[in-house]
Amino acid sequence: MKEWWKSGSPWVWLNGGAVTVSMIMVFGLLLLILVRGFGHFWPHEVVQTYYEVPGTDRVEVVGELRRSETLTGQSMREAGAPIPEDQMVVTRHLFKLGNRDVTGRDFTYFIDDFLGEWRYPRDMTVLERREWGDFYGQPLRLLEAGRTVAEGADLWAEFRARLARSNRLYDEIRQIERGDIGNINFRMERVRLDQRRAELRGTLTPELERQFAERRAALDAEYAVLQERLDTLIEEARRDSIVMRAAGGQEVTIRLDRIVKAWQPNDMSVFAKVRFYIGDFFDFIFGYPREANTEGGIFPAIFGTVTMVLVMSIIVTPFGVLAAIYLREYARQGPLLRTIRISVYNLAGVPSIVFGVFGLGFFVYVMGGAIDRTFYPEALPAPTFGTPGLFWASLTLALLTLPVVIVSTEEGLARIPSTIRQGSLALGATKGETLWKVVVPLATPAMMTGLILAIARAAGEVAPLMLVGVVKLAPTLPIDGNFPFVHLERKIMHLGFHIYDVGFQSPHAEAAEALVYATALILVLLIVMLNLTAITIRNHLREKYRSESD
Amino acid sequence: MDGTDTMSQQTTLTHGMGDKLFEGMNRTKLDIAREDICVEVKDLNLYYGQDHALKNVTMQIARHRVTAFIGPSGCGKSTLLRCFNRMNDLIDICRINGEIMLDGSNIYDRGVDVAELRRRVGMVFQKPNPFPKSIYENIAYGLRLQGVKDRKVLDEVVERALKRAALWDEVKDRLNENAFGLSGGQQQRLVIARAIAIEPEVLLLDEPASALDPISTAKIEELIYELKDQYTIAIVTHNMQQAARVSDYTAYMYMGELIEFDDTLSIFTNPARKATEDYITGRYG
Repeated sequence: MKEWWKSGSPWVWLNGGAVTVSMIMVFGLLLLILVRGFGHFWPHEVVQTYYEVPGTDRVEVVGELRRSETLTGQSMREAGAPIPEDQMVVTRHLFKLGNRDVTGRDFTYFIDDFLGEWRYPRDMTVLERREWGDFYGQPLRLLEAGRTVAEGADLWAEFRARLARSNRLYDEIRQIERGDIGNINFRMERVRLDQRRAELRGTLTPELERQFAERRAALDAEYAVLQERLDTLIEEARRDSIVMRAAGGQEVTIRLDRIVKAWQPNDMSVFAKVRFYIGDFFDFIFGYPREANTEGGIFPAIFGTVTMVLVMSIIVTPFGVLAAIYLREYARQGPLLRTIRISVYNLAGVPSIVFGVFGLGFFVYVMGGAIDRTFYPEALPAPTFGTPGLFWASLTLALLTLPVVIVSTEEGLARIPSTIRQGSLALGATKGETLWKVVVPLATPAMMTGLILAIARAAGEVAPLMLVGVVKLAPTLPIDGNFPFVHLERKIMHLGFHIYDVGFQSPHAEAAEALVYATALILVLLIVMLNLTAITIRNHLREKYRSESD
Repeated sequence: MDGTDTMSQQTTLTHGMGDKLFEGMNRTKLDIAREDICVEVKDLNLYYGQDHALKNVTMQIARHRVTAFIGPSGCGKSTLLRCFNRMNDLIDICRINGEIMLDGSNIYDRGVDVAELRRRVGMVFQKPNPFPKSIYENIAYGLRLQGVKDRKVLDEVVERALKRAALWDEVKDRLNENAFGLSGGQQQRLVIARAIAIEPEVLLLDEPASALDPISTAKIEELIYELKDQYTIAIVTHNMQQAARVSDYTAYMYMGELIEFDDTLSIFTNPARKATEDYITGRYG
């Protein structure tokens, strides 16, 4: 025993064990969100059965099985279920019933003992709707302007064709609403601001006023044309509808323009399901959210997160690098510098919400307010920069991640061999020339390391962002086709906040669960991707500045 | 017994060695003509904090000759070498008094542009220290610092420097490759080429071959021999044979003092001082 202790193997085992536990935790986490997140998009089969609790009427049940669990009979009896006294265990199933507008309940538990035979009718259809969530039922008739155009065998094909048409129309409508009308609104606001500015400066002449009125009239005319086109399109899109038989036999008429997509999971081959799955996944990534973020895609959140991280990187890198160069190369080493350095390092340990409060109090209100008064007086009292927005969120995160960049860069600079510096100085270079031509390029891999750490930290941060610029639903993206293209003052959506919002602020907790995992997965993938990009750049730089000392 | 001898020797050396040293030099009548003196060191004292690292050093370095500095580790020979291009300025705790005249003007005068001085006094270090750039850019670095942008001029200078450093044939086809891809000996020749590309008057070599294999060392020595008709060279070395082979004058230093300075032949065949003889014959150091 003593021998074994002395041999050092206990330490090896201890260290190995620590690594193993860490690995298990990391991979377990990834696996969990992978399974739960990716499972969300799979077209599950739809069960049709009936449910008959003794002493009540038999009801039809149509829905997707979400999960099954086994409980003790005792606990179910206490919950009021009529379970016989001698039954020890009870299995219950959670079904997603959809049809939120018809039944009012999306998810329901059913006790296995009272369920009838499970059947999977091939024509059981799932409709993903723009509102009210999914609809489960069997199609009966296809209507065009109230007149039946298809029934029975050719119904499905006809329905698919008409759904494609209505989706095309819908996309066109969205394009006009978001793009063209958004653009007109943007220019209209410009005109208003221009006029207000002239007014404030006292340069508003009747001539100018007439010009503004002209510009406004031109935009109004443009808008009228678009509105007319929009009305036609909406009318067109409303033409068709489908009559569905919901569980319990109720007939429900649904307009095709209210449907996003439709599928018959019981009739799909595995291949078709995979194709559907991939399509669904792409819709999730590139789509816009619906229904208080519980449905649709997360594109604005991905876009917002990436934009914010990029803006943050652009801010934090020069600041951090310059500060580190000063601290390491120019500043006099002494107690004052040590104090500054310790303060900077400790900045990394400050809880992020504190940065959020600081960002709101100083950046948004003080700096933003000053910017508004100086540069955007015409927009007041509506704030431009004096309100949370992309720029302030990025700046707050830059402040949060500054220590990481400074520390990494300082370490990188310290690692540059003094012989290389001396070589440059001996050739008649000044200190500045040596620094910028030889030392700093050599330290770029270390700077990238700092940036990688900063990105990893910033992309996952949520708490401070809620205060300084991230919102549940942003009406516009921070980058679009309207001058100046990058709108730093706009509010953005963020994946981390999206997870919080969907998971905890959503009215449909069960429906949101899968989305939370899926969004978390995207967030992880996004951070991995951002990091991989940075790591690739760093490796490239390392290769370029490879030296013996590495 | 040897040990005690050396110890007593040492005691005499450190106490009032100055006059005796001059005696020695007078005896050998080191006859560097005034116009041949490139660098003249006068009563140089150097302190690292409390440590008195160079004591009353006075000597001359002849133009277009090789002067070797020998002595045991820590004797101050590298420190003295680094005084010639003011590399010791980089050390905060370093204090210097005395004069070093380069072509008649003191390099420690106020108002001397250190960068300009280092352009005139090039230096090569013990460990090859090429920049993490291409071979071409390593050579062109010094010229670019001086604002030379003309590609033709740069090309010409790079080629000339590499040829002078006997490296051209080995690297002419890969001038744009990273200098770290070269072998140690090639790197050291590259560094020498880099130093001579800016046409210095004086070239300081601080143990230039100590990190190299014998073949590379032979090449460097050959190179030093070739370069001396254009440059004034000062070389620090631990290798006695090397000093004997390449240098015209040799200075033996010990504990921060210049013990003996004479033409190389005299030093190695007929040293004036016992300490020098002990060191050269290997009884010490």
